[in-house]
Amino acid sequence: MPTQKTLAVTGNTMVAEAIRQAAPDVIPAYPITPQTTVVEELSKFVANGRMHAEYVNVESEHSAMSAAIGASAAGARVATATSSQGLALMWEELHIAAGMRLPIVMFNANRALSAPINIHCDHSDVMGARDTGWVILFAETAQEAYDNTVMSFRIAEHPDVLLPVMSTADGFITTHAIDRAEIMDDETVAAFVGQYTPEFALLDTDNPVSHGSFAGLGGPYFEFKRSQRNAIDRAAGVIKAIGDEWAGICGRPFGMVETFGMEDAELAVVVIGSTAGNCRHVARELRAEGVKAGVVKVRCFRPFPAAELAAALAGVKAVAVLDRSESFGAQGGPLFLETCSALYGAENRPPVVDYVYGLGGSDVKLELIRSVYDDLSAIASGAAAASGLRYLGAR
Amino acid sequence: MSGIGSWKAEEFPRGAVIPESGNSRDYVTGGWRSERPVRSEEKCNQCLLCFIFCPDSAINVENEQVTTFNLDHCKGCGVCAAECPQDAIEMVPEGCELPGVNG
Repeated sequence: MPTQKTLAVTGNTMVAEAIRQAAPDVIPAYPITPQTTVVEELSKFVANGRMHAEYVNVESEHSAMSAAIGASAAGARVATATSSQGLALMWEELHIAAGMRLPIVMFNANRALSAPINIHCDHSDVMGARDTGWVILFAETAQEAYDNTVMSFRIAEHPDVLLPVMSTADGFITTHAIDRAEIMDDETVAAFVGQYTPEFALLDTDNPVSHGSFAGLGGPYFEFKRSQRNAIDRAAGVIKAIGDEWAGICGRPFGMVETFGMEDAELAVVVIGSTAGNCRHVARELRAEGVKAGVVKVRCFRPFPAAELAAALAGVKAVAVLDRSESFGAQGGPLFLETCSALYGAENRPPVVDYVYGLGGSDVKLELIRSVYDDLSAIASGAAAASGLRYLGAR
Repeated sequence: MSGIGSWKAEEFPRGAVIPESGNSRDYVTGGWRSERPVRSEEKCNQCLLCFIFCPDSAINVENEQVTTFNLDHCKGCGVCAAECPQDAIEMVPEGCELPGVNG
């Protein structure tokens, strides 16, 4: 019988616990703010014998991902964690991990990128990695960071997927603030995650294989990339199925897209991560005033749940997308571009406006969210939607 | 890995892994060559140094005698010609059949 314990705990502790319970064989890691306490706790678990993993101290995130790829190709279950510049330093290898179809699980504490130097939350780092072939999950709370990380191992290692998975949570907001969260007992998680049996292991000397081969000059590179695309497309169904299975055990529903008030909403905000809570709060207040406000939270960004998002927005009069990262020179932020693409083929194509907000951890006050709904209200009642990007809270 | 040229995306091994050994012979690298080795039967004393030094195993030997060059894999590096103590091997530009002719 699964038992859960309620804790007052940070998101990072919950992530470290999830990784411990999934029992990876190898953890190559480098500390970087605000991910540091994840790898600190993991190294303590290993040092104190609470988990039996090879903990590899590396000299940079570049080496952390290199070691993760080597260990995963050797046949090990591998987990690591990073943030911001660390993720950026891993960039070339993010492609290699995905191309080699290695089911590495990595937690990312979402943080701004330099310059200027900033250690606080936004989604610039993970959005920079969105096309590297990794499955990407976003958490709103410490609880979701835990649930997503536990599920990541199953998703990554599923034979129809076999891709690396990035489980992410907002830096400091979710990683460091004390939150209420439920932790599952070790046995239940171990049984849920199961054993990892690699298809091709470098250390399986009875069945020798060559990893990292060359496929240029008319070789099958194109076909390999196509099979990688097929795998991440298949991941959508796998994530849903595993999410449902985990929900059946822990009692918390999982949706690629999670909605609030969308049954009859006329004004909708599309958002990712910790800001979803603020948006629900404001939507709840507006509903008390008779405004049909709704919130759509995107919990899985890669593969992007376009059909679910379009379905959630089917009945609305105006949509605002909140982007916590820039896509310099584009028509809007990454989530805006995805949302517009998702709606392009829809029957009801409501006006969509984009707000870039909260860069570098800048405040996302309730008044700001309310001003977004006020704008939507004006657009829904006929005011022309001003084109172009809006900056929420920037002078 | 025969038939690789007609395989569809999902028919390849996962992650570009090569699960069988010895298939580099299927990977024809001779197309990179700009010069080819030509051997003089008269000068050659069958010492087999060229066979030992060839980095691509592109020198065919039968009954301990050098016979021909495997031009599917010879990339024209000229190591055989440089090592030959008899100066029996000459590198000639591709497209020229005879030694001593610089096309």
